Amino acid sequence: MWNLFFSLVLSASYGSTLRYKSVERIKAVGKHSLIGASGEFSDFQEILRYLDELTLSDHMWDDGNSLGPKEVHSYLTRVMYNRRNKFDPLWNSLVLGGVKKGPKGEEKYLGMVNMIGTHFEENHIATGFGNHLAIPILRAEWCEDMTFEEAVKLVEKCLLVLLYRDRSSINKFQIAKITTEGATIYPPYSLKTHWGFAAFENPSKGAVGSW
Amino acid sequence: MSSIGTGYDLSVTTFSPDGRVFQVEYAGKAVDNSGTVVGIKCKDGIVLGVEKLVTSKMILKGSNRRVHSVHRNTGLAVAGLAADGRQIVARAKSEAANYEKVYGEPMPVKELADRVASYVHLCTLYWWLRPFGCGVILGGYDRDGPQLYMIEPSGLSYKYFGAALGKGRQAAKTEIEKLKLSELTCREGIVEVAKIIYGVHDEAKDKAFELELSWVCDESNRQHEKVPDDLVEQAKAAAQAALEEMDAD
Repeated sequence: MWNLFFSLVLSASYGSTLRYKSVERIKAVGKHSLIGASGEFSDFQEILRYLDELTLSDHMWDDGNSLGPKEVHSYLTRVMYNRRNKFDPLWNSLVLGGVKKGPKGEEKYLGMVNMIGTHFEENHIATGFGNHLAIPILRAEWCEDMTFEEAVKLVEKCLLVLLYRDRSSINKFQIAKITTEGATIYPPYSLKTHWGFAAFENPSKGAVGSW
Repeated sequence: MSSIGTGYDLSVTTFSPDGRVFQVEYAGKAVDNSGTVVGIKCKDGIVLGVEKLVTSKMILKGSNRRVHSVHRNTGLAVAGLAADGRQIVARAKSEAANYEKVYGEPMPVKELADRVASYVHLCTLYWWLRPFGCGVILGGYDRDGPQLYMIEPSGLSYKYFGAALGKGRQAAKTEIEKLKLSELTCREGIVEVAKIIYGVHDEAKDKAFELELSWVCDESNRQHEKVPDDLVEQAKAAAQAALEEMDAD
């Protein structure tokens, strides 16, 4: 059973303030794909609107065919790159994944495209700080035939590192899965963190001028 | 039966002395000569059926779609000049997409019928545009339940329980009137529509035809879609059985 999945933090920022803490940044696109985004949330909403129009006209053809993840990724790449060329980018990093039956059987796809139009396909994708903190872990520990549970554990390991080290993350995550049966977006949950280190007690002990 | 509109029928911007616009009436003739299109409003949705006359053995089965989805919850069946019909469908799709973009909710069927009717009527107002040679049956399911509208080449649009266009419309309308539509479910409605279309098909004048059925109902999650193949086969079988019964008398 081929599947792919995404996880992200449920927050949207207002500048450097983490203002909205229940924002779902993953959506299903058509029957075969999932899209996740980081960056400017209003631009993501606009992208979702474009995708809505795209999937609606695809649906109305009613010809037994539907757009797969590769096609949607290609479309988004064109949109992002053309906006960048007009010096009016959509300020997002988009992750697109999905599964669709192709001529060689069920084909999995995972790719990303960012605000300057850089796009590629990989077995593991991350945006923002994830590129620096999570990708090394994924490169070391990802393998082709992981089960869903193993994959969740691996991703949670990465999310935990990000939670500890990225100042703009919160302890509220969401996982989404896409298989040939369709997309499932799981409800938000938190990870267990450990702050009971000796060095964290009396935090203002050695601080000059604190009261 | 045709009335000669000598002199008053050359332009769509000319009235005849008895208040008729002949060009629009002639456009209606194009609709009257096409394959039958039937639409009925059942208690849980709409069923649209088209008698697609097959003009050549070389045509691939399933081509020449006559029933189109205009939005997720609305469908349009076209009778008359197919190319004109394509234009109306394109316009309806664009109106529906635009409405949703601006108002954030799917376009109400009544509003869509209004816009389509206005567009069709528009083309009867200028001498440099000819009227559409097609009539359209629009069925959709929105917050106010299932609704069925019919728009004629003149731009006239009414809301119906059951409507028919094309060659066999008189016979079809008689059959529809016999049905108890408020008690029919769409599943039953499909069979009735198939029976009507098979019934009004003139074996002598036109040879082969393909039946195209679509619905939008509770069972299809209020989405407009082609009726699933197995149900279409059942409906066809029932319709053919009914025909044989009639022939046997």
